[in-house]
Amino acid sequence: MLALEITDLYKTYSSGLEALKGISLQVKQGDFFALLGPNGAGKSTCIGIISGLVNKTSGTVRIFDHSIDDEFIVAKSLLGSVPQEFNFNTFEPVEEIVINQAGFYGVTAKHARIETEHYLRQLGLWQHRRSQARRLSGGMKRRLMIARALVHKPKLLILDEPTAGVDIELRRSMWDFLEQINDQGTTIILTTHYLEEAERMCRNIAIIDEGNIILNSSMQHLLKQLNSETFVLYLRNELEQAPLLNSFDNVVRLDQQSIEVEVPDRLSINDLIRELEAQGIVVERMRNKVNRLEELFVKMTSKPEQRGLG
Amino acid sequence: MLYQFWIAYLTIARREVLRFSRIWVQTIIPPVMMVALYFIIFGNLIGQRIGEMDGMSYVDFLMPGLVMMSIITNSYTNVVSSFYGAKYSRHIEEMQIAPVPDLVILLGFVTGGMARGISVGIAVTLVSLVFTEFRMHSPLVVLLVALLTSCLFSLAGLINAIFANSFDDITIIPTFVLTPLTYLGGIFYSIKLLPDFWQTASLGNPILYMVNSFRYGFRGSSDIDLSTALLVILFFITLLFSICLALLSRGTGIRQ
Repeated sequence: MLALEITDLYKTYSSGLEALKGISLQVKQGDFFALLGPNGAGKSTCIGIISGLVNKTSGTVRIFDHSIDDEFIVAKSLLGSVPQEFNFNTFEPVEEIVINQAGFYGVTAKHARIETEHYLRQLGLWQHRRSQARRLSGGMKRRLMIARALVHKPKLLILDEPTAGVDIELRRSMWDFLEQINDQGTTIILTTHYLEEAERMCRNIAIIDEGNIILNSSMQHLLKQLNSETFVLYLRNELEQAPLLNSFDNVVRLDQQSIEVEVPDRLSINDLIRELEAQGIVVERMRNKVNRLEELFVKMTSKPEQRGLG
Repeated sequence: MLYQFWIAYLTIARREVLRFSRIWVQTIIPPVMMVALYFIIFGNLIGQRIGEMDGMSYVDFLMPGLVMMSIITNSYTNVVSSFYGAKYSRHIEEMQIAPVPDLVILLGFVTGGMARGISVGIAVTLVSLVFTEFRMHSPLVVLLVALLTSCLFSLAGLINAIFANSFDDITIIPTFVLTPLTYLGGIFYSIKLLPDFWQTASLGNPILYMVNSFRYGFRGSSDIDLSTALLVILFFITLLFSICLALLSRGTGIRQ
């Protein structure tokens, strides 16, 4: 069963901007799917069309096999959406925002109160339920939008940069929460600029750029395409210059006690450490320069001129 | 599914009523104060010198028109400010994302506008008792005209809000269209006092029909035939209702 099926979706704004150029996409039920792309690539337009906030130019969108055109009542009932920007009445109390949203979906007041309490407690907002939404911090406002999107128990949840501007501790707790929701059967589509987030949680991925899907694959398959990884090594010894290594070409000295080394797929970290030890260099700590998905993403979406080739 | 829509409608209507009733000092008290001043100045101080109008004291003549003016202004203002506010802060998206038909959104906002118009109308009527004796020729006509008029101006407010792109845009129509039409709609005078040409011209002002039918409900006297007035009001309601529904379903002003 497909949770979402997009076929030949086009969107041209009245300004003439072609935001989507005939994209097709399928998301399976139960998936945790990443929809990535640089700013202005068409992600938010795509989500806007699915959510009913943007009129499409042509193409079809089906949610659990229900068309958003002909069966919009059923299709929308199955969907929950967390937009990128805050879109609630900031003068309304937190509890009322969530209860009202349940009401829009036809959930009775009694049931809405039970579900509201459940999600506000889970997201740590219950003690703020009577506060006006404008008094919440940025992270709390993001969590409020997640609670609001879940209150009618959607089968498909779309999150458009849900952790933007959220501190790392809170971001991690939100990841745990979303993984829990996904384990319980909710299909999740996530757009994010934190590629670590997508790599950690998503099983499948599509990259959209300039209105086209340039990649659609499983996360595992995608990461296998990465034929090298760059590591930063922190050394015990002080170095005057980058060491010359036989098997590793790209070695850069960052400062007296750290170097950056590109490790090709065919070689291991052990090979690197062995060569360094042979030269009397002791590695104290190491880390990935950037996360693996980020490295791939930049390679795929950067323009020739941005890579210095133009 | 109808039950689902009914709950959605109640949610929007309840939210709209709570919105203006929470800030009653800004929404209910000012129009009541303004009308009290009208009664003091035009009804008592100047009215005593005017004498009778249409066979009744000037303050008695004035009262239904002032109540109607409050209903018109407040129904309109409520919807235009609420809907534009929802567009501006983007919480209109809460309804757009949900499975709420455009008709339900429309009815919800109109109910809110009517609730405010009628609430202010009742408050103004109570204040009028200080200045004039309470007489109602036909409670049914009063209620019917009050409901229809508040419905009509709630719809008009919604159209204004749909096209508005700034807070300035939601004040232009009330200032330059609504207020002149209301003041020239027979609140302060009977059109029989006007020269023939202006009597005929006044018949083109829809507010004249509302004020006169409302006055008929209170005093049993009107410049306009009651059934004609009701037909005119119903015609405009049907027209504006159709326009609102078409605009919402096209997503004008709310969907890109």
